[in-house]
Amino acid sequence: MRLLTWIKRHLVVAAGLLTLAYLLLPNAVVTVFSFNRPKGRFNYEWQRFSTDAWRHPCDVAGLCTSLGLSLRIAVWATLGATVLGTMTAFALVRYRFRARGAVNALIFLPMAMPEVVMAASLLTLFLNLGVRLGFWTVLIAHVMFCLSFVVTAVKARVMSMDPRLEQAAQDLYAGPLQTFVRVTLPIAAPGIAAGALLAFALSFDDFVITNFTAGSTVTFPMYVWGSAQRGTPVQINVVGTAMFVVAVLCVLAATAVGNRRRRHTT
Amino acid sequence: MAAVTEAPPPLAPTAPDDEPPRGRGRLTPYWLLLPGILWLLVFFALPVIYQASTSVQTGSLEQGYTVTWHFATYWDALSEYWPQFLRSVLYAACATVLCLLLGYPLAYLIALRAGRWRNLLMVLVVAPFFTSFLIRTLAWKTILADGGPLVGALGTLHVLDVTDWLGWTSGHRVLATPLAVVCGLTYNFLPFMILPLYTSLERIDPGLLEAAGDLYARPATTFRRVTFPLSLPGVVSGTLLTFIPAAGDYVNADLLGSTDTRMVGNVIQTQFLRILDYPTAAALSFLLMAAILLMVTVYIRRSGTEDLV
Repeated sequence: MRLLTWIKRHLVVAAGLLTLAYLLLPNAVVTVFSFNRPKGRFNYEWQRFSTDAWRHPCDVAGLCTSLGLSLRIAVWATLGATVLGTMTAFALVRYRFRARGAVNALIFLPMAMPEVVMAASLLTLFLNLGVRLGFWTVLIAHVMFCLSFVVTAVKARVMSMDPRLEQAAQDLYAGPLQTFVRVTLPIAAPGIAAGALLAFALSFDDFVITNFTAGSTVTFPMYVWGSAQRGTPVQINVVGTAMFVVAVLCVLAATAVGNRRRRHTT
Repeated sequence: MAAVTEAPPPLAPTAPDDEPPRGRGRLTPYWLLLPGILWLLVFFALPVIYQASTSVQTGSLEQGYTVTWHFATYWDALSEYWPQFLRSVLYAACATVLCLLLGYPLAYLIALRAGRWRNLLMVLVVAPFFTSFLIRTLAWKTILADGGPLVGALGTLHVLDVTDWLGWTSGHRVLATPLAVVCGLTYNFLPFMILPLYTSLERIDPGLLEAAGDLYARPATTFRRVTFPLSLPGVVSGTLLTFIPAAGDYVNADLLGSTDTRMVGNVIQTQFLRILDYPTAAALSFLLMAAILLMVTVYIRRSGTEDLV
């Protein structure tokens, strides 16, 4: 009986770790193949070790331009979605108003819809209105689909906030603006930051909606998509690996700082 | 994203009943809502209406389109593309089940067994997101390559004989078969399953699990009667978050599949961006939206009334 329990317990651990391996295997492949020197145009088969791609990441035409464009779009989309989303979240949590259910539905639906449907319908709008596709249409689309995620993240945080803190500030003669800037905003900040981070990641990595709304503008995901047809440069793997490493280091550093702060306060 | 099973938000704590805000203050929520809601109305709701109208138009690219209430487009689209439609639902369902089977042990491990490794494991689950999903999907082309070690091993173990016989693979290759597409879908949407599962498993009071043990429940019984029922909200939102995007996906079918694995997303994409047959594309997209909304509503109702007790 005890043996059976032991096996069962470790079965869960083994299954979990296998899933983790499944999740991380492609990243390992991407990293290893960033050191490849492929024979043909495609980087799918291992040939021999080389650090060329790492030393000349921008040598492929269009890659770094598309990366820059993606970053620019992601920054602006994050800014737009975070401002609009935070306002919406505050209104939803803090006030009563009519049509609240309709507003909630309007925020929920973009998250419950396949991306291709949103992309196709947005394209019909732009085509019908004769809007020229490019940077601005992509930005509009990105703000649209990031908005709901920001609202959800900020709402969760504002909802758990103690309203007495603001009342206390006002009792101590803080004006509405002062209360908002010195009390409300700092408390809501983690929620806003989480929403902004999510928006940035979603916008930077978006392919489907961008593919429909970009026209001939090429963002980084669209560059990768195109290269899957034309030939995949090793530099794509370099960018993928670098993003992975930087992100993991950032998260680990943030966790370490958080742990230390917690240890200091307790 | 927990909004899927989220309870309605509690009423505003700072808007007391007895003292409604007066004058300018009463309009504050509307001013706060205006920009965001306007954005969603113009760039989300209005496009859906435009799309519905496009789907019943006839005409040509050169002469322009006019609304003629040509509902036959729907019928033509369905009768021509029902295999792709069916395939989308089938592949997405397979991927969702696989995600649940693969994701549950990992979410369970992180939430209840990991101890001080919990944060690190969480980081490892989320970290792949930071590499563009297209690059990671392309990596599956290497992993599943014809001469690769994985396909070699599966061939030696006669697994490919079985999958060939089932029609999941063909000619002893994995790439460009349904198996590859489902594998890619499962991989891409697995984190969307793990995160809500983790959230609901982590909320479980460990005292309940101990109590079950104290009452002589075997671990399997504890899991079946206590842990799993309590994690159902996570299962529901996880399956929705996996199924919906998987049903509309066309990236995996395009990169890892062949012309025999095309899904409805592929058809919509080609019709819209290459063939430029807007009415058919709009009709298909509208059908996909309607089908998914219907399935989601039924699913939420069912899970809300029967299973969640």
